[in-house]
Amino acid sequence: MLTYILQRLLSMLLSLFGVSLLVFFMVHLIPGDAALAILGERATEEALTELRQEMGLDKPLYHQYGAFLWNLAHLDLGRSFKTRQPVVDEIKRHFPATVELTIAAMVFATLFGMTAGIIAAVNRGKFWDYATMFGSLAGISMPIFWLGLMLILLFGYTFPILPSSQRLDAVLDLDVQHRTHFYLIDTLLSGNLTAFRSAVSHLILPAITLGTVPLAIIARMTRSSLLEVLNQPYIVTARAKGLPERSVILKHGLKNSMISVLTIIGLQFGYLMSGAILTEHIFSWPGLGSWLRASVEARDIRPIQGGVLFVAAVFMTVNLVVDLLYTYFDPRIRMGENA
Amino acid sequence: MNNRGRGILRRSASHKSAVVGASILLFFAILAVFAPLIATHDPREADVSARLKGWSADHYFGTDGVGRDIFSRIVYGSQVSLKVGIIAMTLSISAGALLGILAGYYGGWLDNVIMRLMDMMLPLPSILLAMVIVAILGTSLTNAIIAVSIVYIPQYARILRAAVLKIREQDYVTAARVIGASDFRILWNAILPNCVAPLIVQATLGMGEAILIAAGLSFLGLGAEVGEPEWGAMLNENRQLIRRAPWTVMTPGIAIFLTVLGFNLLGDALRDVLDPQLKR
Repeated sequence: MLTYILQRLLSMLLSLFGVSLLVFFMVHLIPGDAALAILGERATEEALTELRQEMGLDKPLYHQYGAFLWNLAHLDLGRSFKTRQPVVDEIKRHFPATVELTIAAMVFATLFGMTAGIIAAVNRGKFWDYATMFGSLAGISMPIFWLGLMLILLFGYTFPILPSSQRLDAVLDLDVQHRTHFYLIDTLLSGNLTAFRSAVSHLILPAITLGTVPLAIIARMTRSSLLEVLNQPYIVTARAKGLPERSVILKHGLKNSMISVLTIIGLQFGYLMSGAILTEHIFSWPGLGSWLRASVEARDIRPIQGGVLFVAAVFMTVNLVVDLLYTYFDPRIRMGENA
Repeated sequence: MNNRGRGILRRSASHKSAVVGASILLFFAILAVFAPLIATHDPREADVSARLKGWSADHYFGTDGVGRDIFSRIVYGSQVSLKVGIIAMTLSISAGALLGILAGYYGGWLDNVIMRLMDMMLPLPSILLAMVIVAILGTSLTNAIIAVSIVYIPQYARILRAAVLKIREQDYVTAARVIGASDFRILWNAILPNCVAPLIVQATLGMGEAILIAAGLSFLGLGAEVGEPEWGAMLNENRQLIRRAPWTVMTPGIAIFLTVLGFNLLGDALRDVLDPQLKR
């Protein structure tokens, strides 16, 4: 097991090295150069030269890449040109907002997706099966940026019961100490229940928006893998010995179909990051996605490089964790021993 | 058309979701081709005296903040979307297929280099990767299309490589090699025709995804130029008006949704018909 984890960590490091090459050379693919892209066509020659020096663009390529890696090893991703803040600090500030949103979306998607999948599998070929499957195809085809707008229209304006932007009411925000930048935790730590309720209500619409596509995918996957498992001889045995249907499905069926469902849930992270960029834009959610979008719009190179590397690292870590969780759900997989 | 093609067509026609999906796509294709005849107004012309009008006989889907006719913009938007889907898929399939076939057929270091390069792109979320490419190339619809095509190259490369690896060892390929066929001939006559089925399925589903991502880029302000009749850009322009004029954001979203749904319905059905093993 330990060898397996070490192997995986090593290959993850190698992949990250690859991504670092990709984001490093990306800067040199910009027509003109990065300084010109940041300052624009009308910048003076002096300003351009100064920025080139500041970014080290005047040095030879191998020197630049060496410096980039050296700084990376010291967790220094440079400074944003626009805000003058270190990129690492900006990631630290924006990442918790995205994690909070992503987790809320995933909880929503898993809960409702698995329920829908189970209902469809149990009622195979009947109305609820078709309804769920069509609903999930519609969910996969949904432009979530439109779904978000429609939710705002419905629950923000027509029936104004939920807030549709930011993470907390501005007035309440003043009373909350931001220790972790996870608002649900911060408001609780401050002992401010009103603020906590506000934070929860701010989370609902963005989470539904972001969770809809994963919900649809999880529902499909749960249905198909549960159907597969329900044909196995041990399910027949379980039924034959008179176990109640509920326990056959939930205990013997569901647990054994969890592996493929789990893979899909893990794979959703990449999608969630894509979706988060759109969702955060709609709901003015101050997370990593909004920040990256603004950086791309301003062609602010260092934040883009740092942000992309960071997202890739998080994605790989999540995948590793998912792989390790397999062993819990399927003890037959003993990784690293004969692989 | 040969017998096999006819069989596929017959099976598709009896498949409900194939019919529904194809009908939706046909509908949008007709909109795109006959846009000048169907549209009631110039999609780019602003008419300040007709700002923010609701649905009426004059403006079927109302007007936006500068008085442009939303119905006409949606009709012309179908041209943009189908163009995005078709060009992006053609580009990424060509590049992906070439890379995948080279990697699979020749193997060795070439395989390693190509596939490692593809692996580098995989841990990046598709919109993020597309955004980065737009950041490099600059904001425009053409660059958004290029970005989307690059994002999907790894998928096709993987499919083709896997298919080639499987087929390469078949007896008929060995036979072709024994009688002295050139590499090109083997690839073109023996291997490529056998990769077509998974490719068609993936391309159909991929076109829907490409349209969705390109619309998303435009929604983020990183795609189509301001004022162009592109569905995602329309949503972005009008989203501040959602409270005063909700109709401005309803119809463009429905158009995106239906188009993508059409591709997904058709793609799912084609998978059932062409590739029974892939049936999930």
